[in-house]
Amino acid sequence: MNERFLINGATLPGGERADLLLDGGVIAEVGSIADAAGATVIDADGLIALPGLVDLHTHLREPGYEQSETVLTGTQAAAAGGFTAVFAMANTFPVADTAGVVEQEASLGRAAGYATVQPIGAVTVGLKGEQLAELGAMARSRANVRVFSDDGFCVSDPLLMRRALEYVKAFDGVIAQHAQEPRLTEGAQMNEGALSGELGLTGWPAVAEESIIARDVLLAEHVRSRLHICHVSTAGSVEVIRWAKARGIDVTAEVTPHHLLLTEDLIAGYDPRFKVNPPLRRSEDVEALRAALADGTIDIVATDHAPHPVEAKESEWQAAANGMVGLESALAVVHAAMVETGLMTWADVARVLSSAPARIGGLRGHGEALAAGAAPELTLYDPSAAAEFDLDRLAGRSTNSPYLGRRLPGRVVATFHGGYPTFLDGAVRPADEVARNAASAQGVSHG
Amino acid sequence: MARAVLNQADISRALTRISHEILESNRGSSNLVILGIPTRGVYLARRIAETIARIESHVDAPPAGALDVTMYRDDLTRTRTRTPQPTELPPGGIDGKTVVLVDDVLYSGRTIRAAFDALSDLGRARAVRLAVLVDRGHREFPIRADFVGKNLPSSARERVNVRLHEIDGDDAVTIDEGEE
Amino acid sequence: MRHLLSTRELSREEAIELLDIAEDMAAVQEREVKKLPTLRGKTVVNLFFEDSTRTRISFEAAAKRLSADVINFSAKGSSVSKGESLKDTAQTLQAMGADGVVIRHHASGAPFTLATSGWIDAGVVNAGDGTHEHPTQALLDAFTMRRRLHGAASRGRGLDGVRVVIVGDVLHSRVARSNVWLLATLGAEVELVAPPTLVPVDTSTWPAVVGYDLDAALRRAPDVVMMLRIQAERMHAAFFPNSREYARTWGLDDARFDALPPSTMVMHPGPMNRGLEIAARAADSQQSTVREQVANGVSVRMAALYLLMSGDRGEA
Repeated sequence: MNERFLINGATLPGGERADLLLDGGVIAEVGSIADAAGATVIDADGLIALPGLVDLHTHLREPGYEQSETVLTGTQAAAAGGFTAVFAMANTFPVADTAGVVEQEASLGRAAGYATVQPIGAVTVGLKGEQLAELGAMARSRANVRVFSDDGFCVSDPLLMRRALEYVKAFDGVIAQHAQEPRLTEGAQMNEGALSGELGLTGWPAVAEESIIARDVLLAEHVRSRLHICHVSTAGSVEVIRWAKARGIDVTAEVTPHHLLLTEDLIAGYDPRFKVNPPLRRSEDVEALRAALADGTIDIVATDHAPHPVEAKESEWQAAANGMVGLESALAVVHAAMVETGLMTWADVARVLSSAPARIGGLRGHGEALAAGAAPELTLYDPSAAAEFDLDRLAGRSTNSPYLGRRLPGRVVATFHGGYPTFLDGAVRPADEVARNAASAQGVSHG
Repeated sequence: MARAVLNQADISRALTRISHEILESNRGSSNLVILGIPTRGVYLARRIAETIARIESHVDAPPAGALDVTMYRDDLTRTRTRTPQPTELPPGGIDGKTVVLVDDVLYSGRTIRAAFDALSDLGRARAVRLAVLVDRGHREFPIRADFVGKNLPSSARERVNVRLHEIDGDDAVTIDEGEE
Repeated sequence: MRHLLSTRELSREEAIELLDIAEDMAAVQEREVKKLPTLRGKTVVNLFFEDSTRTRISFEAAAKRLSADVINFSAKGSSVSKGESLKDTAQTLQAMGADGVVIRHHASGAPFTLATSGWIDAGVVNAGDGTHEHPTQALLDAFTMRRRLHGAASRGRGLDGVRVVIVGDVLHSRVARSNVWLLATLGAEVELVAPPTLVPVDTSTWPAVVGYDLDAALRRAPDVVMMLRIQAERMHAAFFPNSREYARTWGLDDARFDALPPSTMVMHPGPMNRGLEIAARAADSQQSTVREQVANGVSVRMAALYLLMSGDRGEA
């Protein structure tokens, strides 16, 4: 009934070489496997096997912005990037601020079958920052929401933020804050510094992020709740988080792949592909973020995959939309920024891109070490396939990648979700095959 | 290899002869304006004006000036951008004067055509004459010089170089084999 | 020259060449026949996304005196959505066969995007983009300074050792940015004087010194004082308490003007807020270059259009 896969000669995150047998809803065996009758054999010589990647910060755009991305195309992009689970941000239309919307999102993900889609609920109604959304109803819904965020907007009202942090303690939720002081960033177009002054673009000062993080870690300490910081982008933010963690405050933080690799200098040509929020920062910030990810101050890498249609980026800088697609390139970028630089091992990569985000988001069945009995969520990565990143590598609906034309050191070869392949030999598996496999797998073990 | 065609003495003799011919055709130096076309035409015009003053020692030297034709050329979008040079007219202007245009080399005639347009925007000359140090043929316009220092039949592939001591440090006319 | 997008990218040689050509153009403006046939058959489009009658008229006069056909395209108030309009408009211009596009845009970098996007082949002149640059304004300012200082002997010269104080809203001023780069390239010494709120947070890469004390700067008897316009909307955004305090602290009032040496030039890109950043006496004095700046603007823009639209456009 279920297809069996024998992955031969992969390198595990710890460096040891092993064969892996996927059998239906489980990794049946890891080690030296001589005989696996009837299994499809995949030669993984020279490939690194990682637990399926988990993205705590994805914009799937559906419902409402299907011209940019849908749950189907977004999870295809996830599969192409080695992801088996994505947390879908709440800034859809309608906003994911009720049980109905989050349940719809999750069920679209299950039907597509490319990855687990775990909805994130909005903190406030309509992301307006005025009134708490029905956090409890979303938590109790079939979507089982644990992460709440107004991402795209900051929960800037300190009292509302305090209430949100307190309220989600009732169901072990976490508030993921988009740290951006709104008054300090009115009309902001890029990092504030020497370059913004030269280019005549309104600055987005680091302090607008750092001051909110400082306020929120203190609030989290005061009400003894759990806080997660989205897309940390400055060296100063790293210092604040380091201080908070040393003090025992329950805070976690993410950094995006692009903030680990790209700097504001790219903006000198006003190319809107490099317009993102928070903005690209200085190389000093990139260095600090890399160090913080390596030493654990920053817990995870999250993509902030933000698809936009072509016309949203084919314009003057000021009119262009913020955001970059990131799922398909994330692993190769982390490879370039962290592994090639000697700052992290592949075991660290498995932590920051899989086990830690699954733990922060309270997601079961993902991020488990590749061992017998673990969930059959798995990514094979070729670390020696350096190539120019091109349109063929993008599997989602949008092409606003800042890496097009840039050389990246490796590529995802295969992704297995629920024991079946979603991406194989460099190609996304057909939608009907994946949907059929998903339905069958969900019948065996409920997803 | 550059081949010398005229040396300093040849150039000097040619300019003296041209000066005499100008005086003869104009019946003296009255109402003359000598306008050189930049770059080297300007220096040739000055030399001619000075020579005329030496010959006609009882009158003032005829006024010399510069007429830049860059903005009137018909090939502005076909070659590299040309940097214009100043146009300098004598205080009396050109209205009612006999203008002698001076250039170093007469070739296609396009520069002189542009010069006619430039001149007509500056006023109404009574007559316009043309003096050149070298006429190398290959005309593309019905234009002919009134005063010629040296006729120099040349191949279109060759390059004629005029060197003047005001700019180049010495006086000479040479021909280069054009490189293909 | 393929485009003129900023003064930052101009070398000293290029800047001086442009100023020298502007001298030739200025000479043409003094003739009876003020027109040159140079750009006959070429089309210049004035693409203004922001109102500026003065700048548009100056470019229009420059293009017409070079015999180009001029099409004025006011995109302001167009119903096309902001993002699409620049590309769509550019493609319209391309279809119309524009050889040169003069663009004024509220967004910094829009001329750069227009020039580098591949939407059009035309040469692009930045006529002011957001708070980024206004290169022809700086070139006409430099031209005006050079003429006042050197008269007929201006050709070939830079502005070496000339001391220029630029006063006012540097943060939002494209005129200030273009002047800082160009004046430094030409050898001038630039000092910026402004309330600290109206200077970018980091000017360490700018070839200029920054100060907050206008009286101290004026005591050093600069060769040029350039007053920048204070936009009305700044007064309501807490950059300074009110216009009275601004005028008292950073305005070129009568007392400050009277204390200047008679040789100090007083410049203003216009339009002036008399009584705010500049008092009437200074604006109307012999030291004021305001009217010359307007006349010189046409010559400088003729030079820019000539350099952009002549020459083989295929060359780099």
